[in-house]
Amino acid sequence: MASNKKYWKSVEELNENSSIVETLQQNEFVEPIPTEEFLGDKETLEASSTTRRDFLKYVGFTTAAASLAACEGPVIKSIPYVVAPDEIVPGVANYYATAIADGFDFANVLVKTREGRPIKIERNDLAKHGGSVNARVHASVLSMYDTQRLQGPKVGGNDVSWSEFDKAVADKMNAMTGKDIVLLTQTFASPSTSKLISEFKLKYPNVRHVIYDAISHSEALDAFQNKYGTRALADYDLSKAEVIVSVGADFIGDWQGGGYEAGYAQGRIPKNGKMSKHYQFEANMTLAGANADVRVPATPSQQMQILKALTGGTTSGLPEKMAAAVTKAKAQLRKAGSKGVILTGLPDVASQAAVLSYNESVGSIVMDAAKPKMTAMGSASEVRNVMNGVVSGSVKGLITVGVNPLYSFPNKAFAEGYKNLEMSLAFAMTGDETASQAQMVAATPHYLESWGDAQFKKGTFSLMQPTIRPLFNTRQFQDCLLKWTGNTATYVDYIKDAWSSSVFANGGSWKQALHDGVFMSTASVDTDADTTSETIETSTSNGALSAPLQGGMELTLYTKTGLGDGSQANNPWLQELPDPITRTSWDNYLTISAADAAKLGLTNENVANGALNGSYADVKVGDVTVKNVPVLIQPGQANGSVGLALGYGRKAAIQEEMQTGVNGYQLYNNFSSVQNNVTISKAAGTHEFACVQLHNTMMGRDIIRETTLEIFNTKNVHDWNPVPEVSKDHQEIPVTSPDADLWNEFDRSIGHHFNLSIDLNACTGCGACVIACHAENNVPVVGKSEMRRSRDMHWLRIDRYYSSEETFDGDLQKKENISGLGSSLSEFGEMEVASANPQVAFQPVMCQHCNHAPCETVCPVAATAHSRQGQNHMAYNRCVGTRYCANNCPYKVRRFNWFLYAENEEFDYHMNNDLGRMVLNPDVTVRSRGVMEKCSMCIQMTQKTILDAKRDGRVIKDGEFKTACSAACETGAIKFGDVNDHDSEIFDLTQDKRMYHLLEAVGTKPNVIYHTKVRNTTEA
Amino acid sequence: MDNNITDRMEKVSYRNLPSKLSLALLALVLTFSISNSAFASTTVLPTQAADTTAGEALFKANCAACHKLGKKATGPALRGVGDKYDREWLYSWIKNSTAMVKSGDAQAVAIYEEYNKSVMTSFPALTNADIDNIIAYTYTQPKTVVLPPTPPGTESSGGGVSNNIILGILSLVFLMLVVILYLVNNTLRNFAKSQGIEVEEKEARTPIWKLFIQNQFLVLVTSILLLLTAGYFGYGYLMQVGVDQGYAPVQPIHYSHRIHAGENQIDCNYCHSSARKSKHSGIPSLNVCMNCHKNIGEVAAETQLQGEQEFGVDYNAEIQKLYKAVGWDEENQAYTGVTEPVKWVRIHNLPDFAYFNHSQHVTVGGIECQKCHGPVEEMEIMSQHSPLTMGWCINCHRETNIKVEGNDYYTKIHDELAKKYGKDKLTAAEMGGLECGKCHY
Repeated sequence: MASNKKYWKSVEELNENSSIVETLQQNEFVEPIPTEEFLGDKETLEASSTTRRDFLKYVGFTTAAASLAACEGPVIKSIPYVVAPDEIVPGVANYYATAIADGFDFANVLVKTREGRPIKIERNDLAKHGGSVNARVHASVLSMYDTQRLQGPKVGGNDVSWSEFDKAVADKMNAMTGKDIVLLTQTFASPSTSKLISEFKLKYPNVRHVIYDAISHSEALDAFQNKYGTRALADYDLSKAEVIVSVGADFIGDWQGGGYEAGYAQGRIPKNGKMSKHYQFEANMTLAGANADVRVPATPSQQMQILKALTGGTTSGLPEKMAAAVTKAKAQLRKAGSKGVILTGLPDVASQAAVLSYNESVGSIVMDAAKPKMTAMGSASEVRNVMNGVVSGSVKGLITVGVNPLYSFPNKAFAEGYKNLEMSLAFAMTGDETASQAQMVAATPHYLESWGDAQFKKGTFSLMQPTIRPLFNTRQFQDCLLKWTGNTATYVDYIKDAWSSSVFANGGSWKQALHDGVFMSTASVDTDADTTSETIETSTSNGALSAPLQGGMELTLYTKTGLGDGSQANNPWLQELPDPITRTSWDNYLTISAADAAKLGLTNENVANGALNGSYADVKVGDVTVKNVPVLIQPGQANGSVGLALGYGRKAAIQEEMQTGVNGYQLYNNFSSVQNNVTISKAAGTHEFACVQLHNTMMGRDIIRETTLEIFNTKNVHDWNPVPEVSKDHQEIPVTSPDADLWNEFDRSIGHHFNLSIDLNACTGCGACVIACHAENNVPVVGKSEMRRSRDMHWLRIDRYYSSEETFDGDLQKKENISGLGSSLSEFGEMEVASANPQVAFQPVMCQHCNHAPCETVCPVAATAHSRQGQNHMAYNRCVGTRYCANNCPYKVRRFNWFLYAENEEFDYHMNNDLGRMVLNPDVTVRSRGVMEKCSMCIQMTQKTILDAKRDGRVIKDGEFKTACSAACETGAIKFGDVNDHDSEIFDLTQDKRMYHLLEAVGTKPNVIYHTKVRNTTEA
Repeated sequence: MDNNITDRMEKVSYRNLPSKLSLALLALVLTFSISNSAFASTTVLPTQAADTTAGEALFKANCAACHKLGKKATGPALRGVGDKYDREWLYSWIKNSTAMVKSGDAQAVAIYEEYNKSVMTSFPALTNADIDNIIAYTYTQPKTVVLPPTPPGTESSGGGVSNNIILGILSLVFLMLVVILYLVNNTLRNFAKSQGIEVEEKEARTPIWKLFIQNQFLVLVTSILLLLTAGYFGYGYLMQVGVDQGYAPVQPIHYSHRIHAGENQIDCNYCHSSARKSKHSGIPSLNVCMNCHKNIGEVAAETQLQGEQEFGVDYNAEIQKLYKAVGWDEENQAYTGVTEPVKWVRIHNLPDFAYFNHSQHVTVGGIECQKCHGPVEEMEIMSQHSPLTMGWCINCHRETNIKVEGNDYYTKIHDELAKKYGKDKLTAAEMGGLECGKCHY
C-alpha cells in the first residue's frame, strides 16, 4: 500500500534552512571518511610491492600448502622396556594397597597404576576402619604430579646433593648441642616413626618432639586423655545409633578426622520401618546439618548451653523454639538409652568431657573408647609454647615435618622469629610458606612414593608402599632419621623389623599385610599417644568460649570438603570441586545469615549472565583484621554467627590461578575453631563468585521426592511415591504405560542392561564421586572464570536444594494452594528464596541414560546413540558440536567443550604439562574443542568387566560391574549393576517401593533410578 | 585401495622383479654350495671312524645351548677341543663335570673358575662313541657359502636393462625414419618446384577443435564425463588420506618377521605375549630378544648371504645393534648395564578415539593374527597389511561369527539371541558389536 507518510529522522529537518540537512542530502556522511589516514601514508603504500592480488595469492597458497601438509601422517615412535618388569603388562592396570596419612586425611586406599603410573585412588574394601576416602583423598593422586614440587634438597636456597645435605644437618645439629631444638611434626599415627623419633631424640637429647595438627583437636584429645589416659579420639559407629544428637559436630564433614558417613548412612536407610533420628544444633550450615532430621541453628555460645542442657542442665536462657527442640532431643535420647549418642565439635574441654561422660554413662554402644582413633595427637598448649618460644628466641632450632606453620600460624612476630632461628629445617613436598623461609629444606616424596605404617585406630594397622619410583630427588623423613641416627637399614626394613616384634607379636605375615594394606592385631604397640599420660588441666585449654559476649558476632572456622586444611591447595580438581553446601568453587567466603547481612548492608546478587556476585567485608577478631573477605549469604546460618573456611589464601608454591580465597588461619586464635567478639564491617567492591547452582529451591517441583518415616510406614506407595499420570482419551494412565509412549520399546532383555541407583537417604553430598569421576574420565578443569559462566565440565554434579518454607513439604503445600495469576506471580517469587533455616536435600545428577533419550533424536549426525546395554553412547569423533542435544536434555547433564582444555596455555592446569598429564586414564579419550561430552556410565569399566569374564569363560557375578562413582561412594548411596540379572542387588533396588525416576513425567525412561528420601519426623 | 605412503613416511622398496629372480638363482647356488662344503668337511676329519653327521645332531641337541664352535658363549668355544684336552679327561668331564670339580682336578677347576663358576650340565647318557662323534664334528670347518660367478646372460637385472636398450634403439630408429621421411618430402617438393610441377594444396578444413566446440552436445557430454572422472578420482584420493595401508617404515633395527615367524616358526605370542591379556599386543622388551639371542650372535651363513643379496642387510650387524641396545658384552658374556632403548617406529596407528583390545580378538575371539596383520611370516620388514579403517572393522564384525564354544560367559546370552534371530551362529554385529560405544569412549 502506497503511503505519503514522511518519516522524520531528526528535529533538524523541521528547520528548512538547516545546512546540515542540505549537506546530508548531498552526502551520506557529514564528514569525509578518513580513508587516507586509515591506510597510512601514501608513500609507503605505493612503495609496497605487494598488491591486493598478490596478497590473495599468498593466502591461497599458504592455505593449500597447510591443508596438503595436514594430509601427512606423523611418525609415531614406540619404545619398549629394555628389561620389562614382570608385573607390568602394558594396557593392564595393577592395584596396590597403601594408606594416606598426611596429618589431616587418614585412609586406607587402593591405588590403580597403569604402566607404572598411579592414576586413581580407590577405596580399600578390606579396611573396615580405614578412615574416609573422601574427595581430597581421591584427588591426592594429582598432587603427586604437581609441577610445584621440590625436586631435591636445598641448603640456604641452593640445590645440594643428599650427602651434602646430611653433612650440613649433622654439622648444625652438632654445633647446637644443648640448645633447644623442636621437632614439630604432623600426626603420623605411625608406630615405627614414633620409635624412630625416640631414637633420634636419644642421639640428640636437646631435641623435643611436638605434634602440631594444623586443624586442632586439642580439646577433644585433652578430654579423652583425662578420662581414659590415652591421647586419642573416641571412635563412633553410627550404624548402631538410634538417636544421634550433634552439637556443632560436622561428623559427615571433617569432624575429628571424619569417616563416619558410612556408618551414619547405614542407619539412615529405613529397614523394617526404622531409621535413626538425627538432631543437629550448629551455627554454620554443614553437611551433617544438611542431612539432619531436625536442624536447629545455634551460635556457639548457645551450643554450649544446649550441650549443658542435654547432659543434665536446664534449657533456661535459650530461645523458646530452641529449648523445645532440646527438650525433644533429650527425650529421644532418654528413650534410645544405650543406642543414643551425643557428639560435639565445640573446642572446649569441659564440653568434650561432658559428652564423653554422657555417652559412657548411658553405656552407649555407639561410642568406642577402648579402641580410639589415633589420627590426631597435637596439643594446642604445647604448640603455643613452641610458637612463643620461637618468637621469644628461647627455641633455637625448628625442624618441621608435614606441617607448614608459617601458613597455618600467620603471625608476624612468629615469621620474624622463624627467620632469626639458629637452625630451621623443613621437610616439605613443595616450596611452601615455611620451606621457602627455611635454611635447609629436605624434599620429601609424596605418600604414593613412600613407605610407611600407621595405626589409625587402636589395633588396626596399615602399611604404605610406594606405587611409583620417586619422581624427583626426594627422601622421606624416616629415611633421613635413619641416616642421621647412623642406622644403615632402609625404612622398609626398619618397619619390617619393628612389626615383627610388635604388630606381628601374635602372628601375621608381612606379605599378606602388605597385600591387604591393613592388618588387625591384638598386640599392644607403643605410640606417642601412650607415652603422654599426665592429666591435662582444663584450665590450660581454651578459654575462648567462656569469654563474655560483647555484642560481637561469633565466628566458626571450618574446613571445606575441597581444600581441607589447605595442604593440597595446588590441586585443580579440588579447587574446582563445588562446595556441597554453597555450590561455589575456587573460593572461600564469609557465610552469614540473611538477617545479619541485611543489617550490615551485605548483599548477594545475580548479574546478567546469572553469575553470583557478593559484597566484601572486613572481619576483625581481637586485634587482627582480615580485609576484603567475600560474603556469601548462607541459608541456615545461625543469626549472630558467621563462618569462614580455613585452607585458602595460600601463596607460596601455588600456581597463580589457584591462589584463591583468604587465609582464615589469621583468625584461628589459640587454635580454636570458635572465635567470639567478631566485628564485621562492609568493605568496598564486589566479589565475583564461581557458583554453579544459581537456583537454590525446587519450588514444589517433583525433583527430589521426600516423605516422612511415618507416611512411609503407614501409607500406600501411591500416596507418597506416585507414578505421574497422563490423560489419554480422557482416561488417566501412568506415564510408564506403553500406551502413553511415543516410541516402541526396544527389547533389552538379552545380555546386560545397566542401571544406576542413587539412594537419596544415603547420599550425604560429600563429593567423593565427583572427584572419582574426574580421575576416571579425564574430565578437564576449566578454571574460575569458566565456572562462573556455568561451563563446568563435571560429568556428575550434586545438586543441593533448599526449601523455601520450613520444609520441602511446606513448599509443596504452598504451591498446591496457589490460585489465580496474582497469587502465582507473588508466591512463586517468594518460593525462589530459601528459608532462613531450610531443609536441605542433595541429589547427584549425571546422564540419566534414557531409553527414550531426547538428545539422540535431535543429533543431526547421530553422534549420540543408544546401546542395548542401556548406555547412551557419545561418539566424540562424530560430534560436530551443534549442541542440539544439550538443549534438548531435560536433565542438563551434557557438557560442551567450549575450548581445548588439554595442552592449552589458557587452561594451565594439569592437562597442560607433561607431569600432570601422567594422571590421565589411557582408556578414555581426551576430548577436543567443539564436541559434546557427558557421563558414559563408565563404559570403559563395564566393557572391561565383560571382557575379563569372557576371557576367563565365566558368568559375571553380581557386584562386579562398577562405575567410578559407585566404587567411590562410601555410604553405598550409588549402586550399579545389571538389571537383567534378577538375583542382583540392583534388580531389587529397581523393584523397591521408594524407587522413582527423575522427571518421570517427561517419559524419557531413564536407566538411572533414585530412591525417595525419607526423613524421620517421629517424636519421642 | 592403493598404497598411500606420504612423503614423511619412509618406505623400503625391495620387492621388485630383479630381486625375485635373484632369489631363485640364489636357491640354486645354495644347493650347490651346501653339498660342496659338506664334501669338503669330510676330508679334514682327524679320526676317520667318527661320524660327523651324528656328531652334529648330538651337538645341536645337547651342547648348542651353551657352546659355539668358534666363539665363546656360556661355555668355551669347542672347535679343536680334542687337541686341548686329553680324550679320557673329556669323557669323564662331559659325563660328570661337577664331580671332577669337586675332586679338585686342576684343569676342571680352572675352567670352572674361568666361566664364573657356572656348572656344566652332566651328560651321563652319552657314550664315549657319542663324544667322539661330537668332537669329530667340532673339527669341521665353518661352512663358507661361495658365490658362484654369475653368468652374464642370466644376470637378473640385465634383463631389464637390455629391454630398455632395445626400446631405446627402436625409438631412435623410428625417429631417424621420421627425419628421413621429412627430408625426402622436402627434397621432392623442392624438386617439383624446380621442375615447375604444381603440387596441389589441400583446401584448409575447419580444425577439429573448432568443430568440437561447435557441437554443443559433444561438449556437454565430455564435460559431464570429465567431471564424473574427476569426482571419482578425487573421492578416491580423499578417502585414502590417513589410511596407511602398506606403511613399512625403516626401523632402527632391521628385524625380519620372515626369519623369526616364518623360517623359525616362533609363535607370535612368544614375543607379543600381552596380546593375550591386554589391549596392547606390545612390542617385546629387549630381554625377550635376549632369551634366544644370548646364544644366537650370528645368523647362519646362508641366511646372511640371502640378507646381503636379497635385502641388502647385514643380519649380523643388526644383531650387534640389539647387543648394543641391551648392553650385552659378547666377549665376556655379560651385561654391561649400559642400555639404550630402541625407538621403533609404530606401524599400526589407531586414532586415540578408537579403542581396540587385542585380548578380545586373540583370546576370546580366537582370531589369527594374520587376519588383520596379513602374512607376517613372509614379511621381511613389517608393513601395515590392512587399511585399519572403520569400514574394515565393521565389515569383519558383520561377517565373523562369535566363538561361543566352551565359554560359559556366552552360554545364556547366546541361547537367547539364537532364539531371537532364529539361527545358531551369531555374528559380532548381532551381539552388539556395531554399537558406537563399544569402540569409542
